[in-house]
Amino acid sequence: MDVFDIIGPIMVGPSSSHTAGAARIGKIARNLLGEEPVEAIIELHGSFAQTYKGHGTDRAIIGGLLGFEPDDLRIRDSLDIASQKGLGYSIRKVSLKDAHPNTARISIRDDSGKVVVVTASSVGGGNVVVKDINGLEVDFTGRSHTIVIPHRDAPGVVAAVTGLLSSNQINIGEMKVYRKRRGGDAIMVIEVDQEIDQNTADKLSELSFINQVTILKPL
Amino acid sequence: MLRYDSIEELVQAAEKRRANISDIVLEDQAQEMGRSVDDIYEQMEANAKVMEESIAGALQPNIKSASGLSGGDAYKLYKAIEQGKSLGGTLMDKVLVKALAIAESNACMGRIVAAPTAGSCGILPAVLLSCKEEKSIPQTKMVKSLFTAAAIGMVIAKRASISGAEGGCQAECGSAAAMAAAALVEMLGGSPRMASHACAIALKSVLGLVCDPVAGLVEIPCIKRNAMGASNAIVAAQLAMAGIESLIPVDEVIDAMKEVGDLLVPSLRETGEGGLAATPTARELTRKIFGAYDKK
Repeated sequence: MDVFDIIGPIMVGPSSSHTAGAARIGKIARNLLGEEPVEAIIELHGSFAQTYKGHGTDRAIIGGLLGFEPDDLRIRDSLDIASQKGLGYSIRKVSLKDAHPNTARISIRDDSGKVVVVTASSVGGGNVVVKDINGLEVDFTGRSHTIVIPHRDAPGVVAAVTGLLSSNQINIGEMKVYRKRRGGDAIMVIEVDQEIDQNTADKLSELSFINQVTILKPL
Repeated sequence: MLRYDSIEELVQAAEKRRANISDIVLEDQAQEMGRSVDDIYEQMEANAKVMEESIAGALQPNIKSASGLSGGDAYKLYKAIEQGKSLGGTLMDKVLVKALAIAESNACMGRIVAAPTAGSCGILPAVLLSCKEEKSIPQTKMVKSLFTAAAIGMVIAKRASISGAEGGCQAECGSAAAMAAAALVEMLGGSPRMASHACAIALKSVLGLVCDPVAGLVEIPCIKRNAMGASNAIVAAQLAMAGIESLIPVDEVIDAMKEVGDLLVPSLRETGEGGLAATPTARELTRKIFGAYDKK
């Protein structure tokens, strides 16, 4: 915790959990897709489902999907902006098993047909926890510089990634690897101390067995 | 390195250096974040700028929140004061208008700075910006006092809570008022000890205040409680500047706030199920708001 956790963040109101955190969840989903989304299915659970209209949670998530930061006033008009930009969306109230009260599951698709499904919870003060990416259980906050790398589970993949980071003087603070089964789909989530430049990201994505590299900047 | 686990620590560290709380916090935080003092000062100044901007957005007659429950009260008060209907003098006029305006701006999806939360975002800026104007205090002094406010908030967050869902409104608007009172004392030239008494006086005046938002939205009674919280901070700072002390030490007041918060039943902790939120009128409003949405 530092002084800017108390005085801050700068955000569009009315609620740090239901608005700022929701925008952040949308932005993370967009970054994980890596392309402009053209269709979004937004499922809201718990308090998100009950109060989303009054808190502008729908507008915040869609604003995030459009690339807006939590302090971007365009969040207010994001539903109209989405229509102008050709982002179709639907909002559903759902009940997710064992989920935090402020949880959203977002499925987005780009025009090539690529789909990303992200489940994340807004846990207070604008902070979020990503719980699931494409059916793989994960657990990260995005408060540090974070690298998310969906890959195929194979010997040497983790070593190749950490080796490349090390040779670029990037220090790993925390790292977790999740997989569905041996040799199957897996995800690496790496929280690092330094900002990742595009060059490093490109080099990472050229490594074997790596599907995609997403860099998330801290909130 | 500061631990931020008691306000006594901050006061003693400042007294030892014959400095303000903000001086030691600014240095400590720069070191902690691995950034320069100038750099984090600038970030705080950017926050102060947004605080100032968030007032203008709501000072209009026709703004409304998405639910339709709020908007336009800051303007109403501003107009009444303009017509000479002032009770509390020019300082209090400014404080109340700004607190309502910023809280309404938040409710109407304006851009605000959480301080410490979005629901209580009007209190700290209303107090500091109004006193800065009234007493012609330099901008640098006000920005620095925000570090004192933040340090107080960090201690409260560590020892108790700054979340209405955990500790009730005492933890949100109460903490914001306690932060504002301490920052104001420093800004006006009071000692670190006086700032700690102001903090204690503001917080103990609202112990037990529940978080009972109508329809679960940050509007009723939150917006008016921002005005109340801001005036609470002014009262506490005024008493402390006169040398009046809180016989219960500030850290014990914070601990008492936590204990009271822990005793609050869930319906009084931001669930929108108890207190004002459970009144017949609130239930009717809730039905209207969410019923109307479902029909759309």
